[in-house]
Amino acid sequence: MTLFLLRRLAVALLVAMTVLTLSFMLTRLSGDLAISIAGPNATQQDVELIRRAYGLDRPLIVQYLDWIGRAVVGDFGTSYFFRERVAGLIGQRLPVTITLGLVGLAMALAVAIPLGIAAAVREGTWMDRTVMLVALVGQAMPSFWLGLLLMVVLGLQLQLLPISGTGSWEHYVMPGIVLAFSAIPALMRLTRSGMVEALSSDYIRTARAKGLTRFSILAKHALRNAAIPVVSIAAVQLGFMLGGSIVIETVFALHGVGFLAWESISKNDFPVVQAVVLVLALIYIALTLLADLLNAVLDPRLRAA
Amino acid sequence: MSEALTAPGDGATGRRLAFLLGALIVGVVALAAVLGPSITPHDPFAQDLGKRLVVPFWMEGGGREHPLGTDQLGRDYLARLIYGARISMVIGVLTVVASGLIGTTLGVLGGFFGGRIDDLVLFAITCRLSIPVVLVALAVVGLMGNSFTLVILVLGLLLWDRFAVVARSTTMQVRNLDYVSAAWCAGSSSFSMLVREVLPNIATHLAVVATLEMALAILLEAALSFLGLGVPPPLPSWGLMIAEAKDYMFFSPWVIMVPGVALFALVFGINLLGDGLREMLGTQDAR
Repeated sequence: MTLFLLRRLAVALLVAMTVLTLSFMLTRLSGDLAISIAGPNATQQDVELIRRAYGLDRPLIVQYLDWIGRAVVGDFGTSYFFRERVAGLIGQRLPVTITLGLVGLAMALAVAIPLGIAAAVREGTWMDRTVMLVALVGQAMPSFWLGLLLMVVLGLQLQLLPISGTGSWEHYVMPGIVLAFSAIPALMRLTRSGMVEALSSDYIRTARAKGLTRFSILAKHALRNAAIPVVSIAAVQLGFMLGGSIVIETVFALHGVGFLAWESISKNDFPVVQAVVLVLALIYIALTLLADLLNAVLDPRLRAA
Repeated sequence: MSEALTAPGDGATGRRLAFLLGALIVGVVALAAVLGPSITPHDPFAQDLGKRLVVPFWMEGGGREHPLGTDQLGRDYLARLIYGARISMVIGVLTVVASGLIGTTLGVLGGFFGGRIDDLVLFAITCRLSIPVVLVALAVVGLMGNSFTLVILVLGLLLWDRFAVVARSTTMQVRNLDYVSAAWCAGSSSFSMLVREVLPNIATHLAVVATLEMALAILLEAALSFLGLGVPPPLPSWGLMIAEAKDYMFFSPWVIMVPGVALFALVFGINLLGDGLREMLGTQDAR
């Protein structure tokens, strides 16, 4: 068990280092950073000045080591545009994105688990097929378009919710729905296939033979086993949702890290972009680690592996 | 998905219907993409400021001249939609070719040789999964400038993970089968075994992944273009059409309905095709 976790931790660290390197390389793709920062109207002297001020005249390997050395202790430099510490900027915005992610995940689970169970219990019936159709529709729905539709219907026509912005809890409802939509298909399919498998297993036959009630069989025996993969996938899914929230935050002008990243990309504010990529990747890595841990805790069979 | 529809009775019919519907949708869009501008009387780029936001035929005041109406610059919506089909299809297909090549190569190598090589491949997949796709794609396009080719390149380089996962696991299964051992005993080289024995046997699984990834690539391109960091205007990418129509949606909601429904239908159709394919092959793992 300890060995398994240690090995997973080592891999996670290696992945984190690789992503660190990749996100550094990402910003050097465009060629000369100083020219991009200076903008189209800058003179040659301006560019030289910026190059020296930001340390871009040093050899690439020195810049890289310097950046890593600082990033490891959480210092991502200063934003070119906001003139603030990048770490502080991200710290301010991260709660919004995480709240959105959790709201979306909660909504997704609230829909996916009951529907997945219903589909498994009535396997092969119209119920099952309807649920699978819902999954297909969710998979095909462009998130930004769904966001706009909700704005028109819920925001404008029914006047139920604010159309965009940050501030109150109501601002999280529509983005949450859109985010949930993207996670529902995977979670629902997993719940369904887990329940189908559990329901056809020997221990359920035993439970039936013992004369347990239908509810107790479903809730206590089948669901407990079917839930293991769902719980760990939910953690991974949250990582994907945080990474994908950039589109939704931009549509709804919700000021989280996704919105910050989008603003920074359009303003060539590379330290911020670099840091957001890194932070989101690290959160994902941490969540997959958590998923493995949850798996091991919930399913004793996996601990030996 | 699959078990749901394999129930006895009308299940099989429903399944075939779903597959046919998918084939029909993708077929129509592909035809529009191939024939392109030659089937519409209007030029997708021609502006006519006197005829801005003409409503589509199902609304009062809509006419036969512009069946789906015109956009905010008076460009014919149907012509732009048809031209946009070409963009979506080309991006979907080319991205899948690129990501399929990368992912399949990695997955097959890892699954076939195992050991250290497999560890490396697994590590690459883990790294790839921890990178936020949309964000990185946006950042790269933002840095290097909007272009059609760049979008394909970036998506191709980012979307290979599922190909690698499926190619790896299916190759592992095939490797242990008797005919591969037989080929081995007959003195085949590793390369010829990979090409002659392994690839043909995992091709069907990869085809299922290809449909999923194509759908994903089309959705992502639309999202990138919607955010202004994808296909450059005035090209009528469906995502870009939605972005341009966004400012008018509160007054005339149909402007975002037309390209949005097209995008949804195409992705839905591709997914239906993929599901049908998966059931025909009886594969469960290619998810």
